[in-house]
Amino acid sequence: MKECYLGVDIGSISTKGVIIDERNDIICKSYIWTEGNPVKAVRKLINILKKELPENCIIKGIGTTGSARKLIGLMLGANAIKNEITAHAVGTLSFHKDVKTILEIGGQDSKVILIRNGIITDFAMNTLCAAGTGSFLSSQAKRLGVSVNDFGSYALKSNSPVKIAARCTVFAESDLVHKAQVGYSKEDIIAGLCKSVVLNYLNNVCKGKRIQSPIVFQGGVSKNEGVVKYFKEILNEDIYVDDNGHLMGAIGIAILSRKNKNGKSYSLDINDIKFETKGFECTLCPNNCEIVRIIKDGKKIDSFGSKCGRY
Amino acid sequence: MYNVSFPRMGDYDVPAKFLLTHVLNVNVISPPKITERTVELGTKYSPEFICTPFKYTLGTMIECLNKGAEILIQQGGGCRYGYYSELQEKILKDLNYEFKMVNLVTEGKLRIKRINRCFKKINPKYSKIKAIYYTFITIKMIKYMDKIDEYIRENIGFEIKQGSFENIKEEMLIKFGKVRSYHELKVLYRNYLNRIRKVKIYKPDDRLKVGIIGELYTVMEPYSNYFLEKELAKNGIEIKRFTNVDYLFFKKGKRMRKYLKKNKYVKYSMGADAADNVANTEYLCTHGYDGIIHIKSSFCTPEIGAMSLINKVADKYGKPVLFFTFDTQSSTAGIKTRLEAFYDMLEMRRKI
Repeated sequence: MKECYLGVDIGSISTKGVIIDERNDIICKSYIWTEGNPVKAVRKLINILKKELPENCIIKGIGTTGSARKLIGLMLGANAIKNEITAHAVGTLSFHKDVKTILEIGGQDSKVILIRNGIITDFAMNTLCAAGTGSFLSSQAKRLGVSVNDFGSYALKSNSPVKIAARCTVFAESDLVHKAQVGYSKEDIIAGLCKSVVLNYLNNVCKGKRIQSPIVFQGGVSKNEGVVKYFKEILNEDIYVDDNGHLMGAIGIAILSRKNKNGKSYSLDINDIKFETKGFECTLCPNNCEIVRIIKDGKKIDSFGSKCGRY
Repeated sequence: MYNVSFPRMGDYDVPAKFLLTHVLNVNVISPPKITERTVELGTKYSPEFICTPFKYTLGTMIECLNKGAEILIQQGGGCRYGYYSELQEKILKDLNYEFKMVNLVTEGKLRIKRINRCFKKINPKYSKIKAIYYTFITIKMIKYMDKIDEYIRENIGFEIKQGSFENIKEEMLIKFGKVRSYHELKVLYRNYLNRIRKVKIYKPDDRLKVGIIGELYTVMEPYSNYFLEKELAKNGIEIKRFTNVDYLFFKKGKRMRKYLKKNKYVKYSMGADAADNVANTEYLCTHGYDGIIHIKSSFCTPEIGAMSLINKVADKYGKPVLFFTFDTQSSTAGIKTRLEAFYDMLEMRRKI
């Protein structure tokens, strides 16, 4: 029997899952859209993975990360539930031992992780604003009538990207509309958008952080060649984009679950388990906390969200 | 007899209530604990880009006025805080509330003559000797409270029975509010200090130590920093925090004068606590702390100035700094993710 470990990264836009073996080699992987329903997405993901998994493999650990890590962690009975920053760093370090900077732009958040001698020494995450993240790009793609997947190739065709005020998503959008109405070509506008994402990221998230090469660029946006090109141009460094860059969080959490293993075996049959969450507003004090209750097979297994600790 | 009230910050409503009741012989309405509703009220009537403490204090003031307060007491400080009182008075008067606003501080300075005049307006017959005596007790009470708080902060992450520190503290605050003489206060303090020292804790040698610095209201009012200290304590982290009322009133001035002379980062005061936080960063970096958490409310200008300096100082000593900006609309999930990652990072750094 081959021991293997499942890592699930549930992001705002996409859900990623990998199964790795003892040597961190990927046995099978999957990447699907979350579509606002993490429970459904994870069910679908697990079914895909189950089909691909060879018969002689046995799951010895499950890890979850991403914004829905707590919920899905409870659902799968995970033995490692960690934030995406740690997961990404661990995942990347297993592939690139000498990495010093990880740039990560995801659907809803963007972060920079600084690594020296194999440990995280500093990190930053976008705080107040989502300008320059994946969801911004995908919403603008819709506006321009271009699929997000083609965004990069469009951007590469342009020689003179337009300047877009990308400090704020809302202003960027109105600026973009203006530029489109003035009559700029689609390629130039898309290139301008990619460039503005890079500038915004470097000015907002990386402020005061020393970016040293080797640099690895990950997250969904790293699949966009236009953004990669402008990162290279502006930083004047070589940027390394991994084929599995979008899976790094899932790989990292799978590794963490291996380190955290407790000898238990897990099954991937979660279709029969009834799993639902119920939210309600507690009205006992003026705080009006939103309480989330997680119910598995009709039994309450956890609830969170209260400020006072009543639930 | 007037109904007097004031905005809330941490647990300092207990000594404030004590002082006002005894000196002015007024009926003090204790400001209610800050809740979601307070924030909603405050945000609704505040200018959009004002710093967040303004919204919290305005919300509390509205709640107090609804409870029947006739006189509101507000202070001021060396930043936008200096304009709070006038602006809040205007906003509340526009909302058709009938009340008198008493501002104890103007131009960032606390002057005894001015306070005397303010107090005379509230109660013309108040006794100055009594005032001096009760002010002395209040100052002592604040000092004692801060000392006990400091001990709790260092140890709360390691208590064996959850909540044992908080229970003792809550009981202490109620008893402190009913004190009649200095002697009684001193006995009570010793009593509670003993009890709090006897609380069973398990403190490992390799525990993580983190310093919290930042803008004073956000640091001192737990609701406004989304109970950051509690969150840290849950992870078993020892917390060091400089900012408390005792520090601001009695220790900061002297320490800053000394620091400004000999350091190479700041040469003059940067407004509010900015320069002070740079000094604290240097202290924390050189005294074996693993990391620093800097918190501020949105649009806090002095702290924005301090942030780049803090980065520079921390970079020199190779310590990580986590910056938080709290608004009334921050999401708790984001804060927890960052804290968790910060905690993981500190652990990883430790292992090397």
